[in-house]
Amino acid sequence: MAFALSAEAEQKLNDILSRYPNKMAACIPVLHLCQEANDNWVSDDVIEFVAQRLELGSAHVKGVVTFYTLFNQKRPGKHQLWVCHTLSCALRGGEDILHHCEKRLGVHAGGTSKDGKVTLRTAECLAACGTAPVIQVDKKYYENLSIAEVDRIIDTLVKDG
Amino acid sequence: MIKQTTYLSHSYGKPNSWTLSAYESAGGYRGVRKALSMTREAVVEEAKKAHVRGRGGAGFDCGTKWSFMPKESKKPHYLVVNADEGEPGTFKDRSIMEMNPHALIEGCIIGSYAINAHACYIYVRDELHLSKERLWGAIKEAKAKGYLGKNPFGKEYEVEVYVHTGAGAYICGEETALLNSLEGRRGEPRLKPPFPAQYGAFGCPSTVNNVETLAIMPTAFEMGADEFSKLSELHSFNDGGARLFGVSGHVKKPGIYEACVGLTLRELIYDLGGGVLEGRAILGVVPGGSSCPVHLPDEVPTLPADPKWDPYRGKSILDIPLGVDTFRNAGSMLGTCCAMVMSDAVDPVLALHNVMRFYRHESCGQCTPCREGCGWIERILNKIVAGKGSIAELDEIHEIANNITGNTICAFGDGAAQPALAFVRRYRKHFEDYIVSGGKSQTRRLTL
Repeated sequence: MAFALSAEAEQKLNDILSRYPNKMAACIPVLHLCQEANDNWVSDDVIEFVAQRLELGSAHVKGVVTFYTLFNQKRPGKHQLWVCHTLSCALRGGEDILHHCEKRLGVHAGGTSKDGKVTLRTAECLAACGTAPVIQVDKKYYENLSIAEVDRIIDTLVKDG
Repeated sequence: MIKQTTYLSHSYGKPNSWTLSAYESAGGYRGVRKALSMTREAVVEEAKKAHVRGRGGAGFDCGTKWSFMPKESKKPHYLVVNADEGEPGTFKDRSIMEMNPHALIEGCIIGSYAINAHACYIYVRDELHLSKERLWGAIKEAKAKGYLGKNPFGKEYEVEVYVHTGAGAYICGEETALLNSLEGRRGEPRLKPPFPAQYGAFGCPSTVNNVETLAIMPTAFEMGADEFSKLSELHSFNDGGARLFGVSGHVKKPGIYEACVGLTLRELIYDLGGGVLEGRAILGVVPGGSSCPVHLPDEVPTLPADPKWDPYRGKSILDIPLGVDTFRNAGSMLGTCCAMVMSDAVDPVLALHNVMRFYRHESCGQCTPCREGCGWIERILNKIVAGKGSIAELDEIHEIANNITGNTICAFGDGAAQPALAFVRRYRKHFEDYIVSGGKSQTRRLTL
């Protein structure tokens, strides 16, 4: 089914276009907008839609999508959980948190829990080294974490219908 | 010497510190009024006197960078702010954007005026959702007051500021990759020359500045650039003012500390950072983001023969003031001034393994030496960590890293090779013991 944006999102798209001297520059912000409107992933339909609206080749848009790690090329779970495991976080137990999340959710990093609620990912440095270890859930940071706090966060994600 | 300041951090931790009213009641938007009352040339000259060395890692003088912009040009000019903070260990720009976004907006107005730009793009990495929200909020407030738009502060000089977002790529912190990403392309670095001042964003003359570099400019203008520069102990080295210092890893009080330039690593770790956890000894310190070489606590660098370095000769790297030129001449790199501290509980083999995984993951893949080299070093380390490595492969890391250095389009390659070389050189014995015993001799890990 062809992808389309809601009227409200169309307004946002026009706002984005008004900021730049050409349409190509809107590529990444518009892809974010469409990804959010498409259950957090960029399907081939989304790529076609963005290419048409921005007057770009679909190969160009696909090239952009595949370059950046935050464009999902497969449908993720309802929530996305990133665990930072770069050096400052690793020194403070980031790897332990990652292993704990893997056990709790029953998946390796990159996978989605069986109930489809949480996709577990690793992150490379989230610029929160002073408050390590840190995880990001969807758009929110959780800092200075202990395993117990991670458990509480996962509890709320799993309960969320 | 510790001289703590609060020019940028005065609002940190206070309620609603990100609002216009809080910023103005603390004396905000005064520097920009002064700057806009001057001619453009005078603004650039004043900025040069402030000796603000780029806070993003390269340490290039901000006023000098502004002076590279063409005087006469038919094309529009752009100011681009590098807010793609993602260097492991670095977390200072995020604090400005979240707690004191108006300082950056004020700096953007000064910078735009200085380089004759009417549009300014702040490139924020996508993960920093709160930063983006606060910056858009600050832009909205400033526009409503007339500080942005057609006539900022009554001056006939239009300035618009926009927030642009990335999508998860460390390489976009490299200025030409950032420009490609801003233009809606894959974030691959460009060959230089042409430099951004000639051919930058959208093929037009552009300047790319770090968040903190711009955010401190209002302070420099309000105080008077010369006086601001003299705050620094390294004023005579043209490294002026005050800046944010970060410390993370195994210290008791990790965080951001603002102080005059001249602070040493020992002061940052022990006096501001509260010392090493559990009172342990230091295994190594990375001075400013993981691309900098790691240093031993008792390391005494060899400085050039020039007598101007005499005050620092014979001192440990921990006792040399953190400055762009002091660290460069000590065979290190200042980077972003956000130090990572590893206590003696840490296994350096695992630490390098962690760092090289980062570089393998983030290499954009454009240049063969970096794309293949980073992966190769990581694979060797995978083997060593699993107890299956050999001494010959350890030597190979040197060779691979040397083949990356200088052979890539951008500085990422050097930034990836440098930690590999520094770790293997400084902890050679650890690495050899680890390999010979197949990892069995090793009881250390990364955490305490």
